Amino acid sequence: MINFINPSKIFKWIEKLLNFINSIFFIILIVGLTFALIISPPDYLQGDSVRIMYVHVPSAWISLASFTCIALLSILTFLFKVKNLNLISKSIAPIGLLFTILAIVTGSLWGKPTWGTWWAWDARLTSMIVLLLFYIFFILSQKMIKNEDRANKISGLIAIIGIINIPIIKYSVDWWSTLHQPKSINLLSGSSSIHSSMLLPLSLMLLVLLLYCALIFLMKYKTEIIRIKRKNIKRL
Amino acid sequence: MLTKTVKKRISFLSLFLIISIISIFFILKSLTNNILYFKSPTDIKLIKEINLNKKIRIGGMVKKDSLYISNKEIKFVVTDFKNEILVTYRGAIPNLFSEEKGVVAEGKLKDKKFFIADRILAKHDEKYMPPELKDILK
Repeated sequence: MINFINPSKIFKWIEKLLNFINSIFFIILIVGLTFALIISPPDYLQGDSVRIMYVHVPSAWISLASFTCIALLSILTFLFKVKNLNLISKSIAPIGLLFTILAIVTGSLWGKPTWGTWWAWDARLTSMIVLLLFYIFFILSQKMIKNEDRANKISGLIAIIGIINIPIIKYSVDWWSTLHQPKSINLLSGSSSIHSSMLLPLSLMLLVLLLYCALIFLMKYKTEIIRIKRKNIKRL
Repeated sequence: MLTKTVKKRISFLSLFLIISIISIFFILKSLTNNILYFKSPTDIKLIKEINLNKKIRIGGMVKKDSLYISNKEIKFVVTDFKNEILVTYRGAIPNLFSEEKGVVAEGKLKDKKFFIADRILAKHDEKYMPPELKDILK
C-alpha cells in the first residue's frame, strides 16, 4: 500500500492516465452539455433556471467529497506519519476551493430568480461559507508557512477540525428550517424526487466534473512530485 | 502496523474529535433560535412574549385560495397545517410565489395572527420535473 503511493513509481502511471482522460474528456463534456442545455426539459416551476442545478449540485458534492478526502488523509498522516499523503491532500485542496466557490456562485445565481434574493444567512448557506473558509485557511497555511513540516502539521489540524463541518452541511436542511430546499436524492433508500429526464444530465455533468477534477488533481500531483525531485530529496 | 505510538495517537485523536463534536453540539443547540432561518406559525404561537418591533421571518405554505391581490397590497395566509398567520405585503414578489408553495416572509408581527411583511422570498421544494408530467399529475 505504502509502496503503491510512492511518488516515483506512480509517476509514469500519471502520464498514461492523464492522456487517457484528455482523450475522452471533451467527448463526454459535449455529450453532458448537450443533455444539460438542450435535450433535458425545463422545470415545471423554475423553467430554464433548473439548468443551473446541473453544475451547482455536482460542484457542491465534489466540494464536500474533496474536503472529506483531505481530512481523512490528514488523519492517516497524523496516525502513521506517511508524508506522501500530504502531497495528495495538497493537490486536492485547490479543486475543492474551486468547486466550493462554484457551488456558492451558481447557487446565488439560481437563488435570485427562484427565491428572490442572492443570499440568505440560513444554515446551509452559512455552513458552506464556513467550508470555504476552511479551504482558504488550509491553502494559506500551506503557502504562508515556510517550514514544510510545520505547514503540513498545521494544515492537517485545520482539516481535522474542519471535518466536523461536513455532517453539519449535509444535515443542515434536515435539522433546521432553511431557505435551501431539502435533499432531492436519497442514496440510502435510492429514491429521488428529480425526474429521470433530469437525473440523466445531472449524472453526466457529475461525471464531467469528476473527470475534470481528476485531470487537475493529476497535473497538480505531478508538479508536486517534480518539485520534490528537483529538491533532490530521494526519500520523503 | 498498530504499534504502541499509533494506538496512542488513535486514542488522542478520537478523544479530540469526540470532545469537539460534543462542544459543537452544545454550541449549535444553544444557538438554535438564531440558526432557524424562519419560524413556523406554530413556533409563533408558542412564543410567550412577542416583540412587535423586532424583525423576524416566518415561513410555511401559502394556503390554498387565500391569496388576494389588489393594486395596493397582497394578502395571503401562511400555514403549517396546524396554525395560520395572515400576511399583508406591498411590493414585488418572486416568480415562484404562488398558492400551495413554500414562502418565507420577512417583517414584523402585529399580533400572533397578523404579520406585515416587507420582503417575500419563495421557498422551492425538492421536486424537479418537466412541465408535461405536472399536467398529467393534475
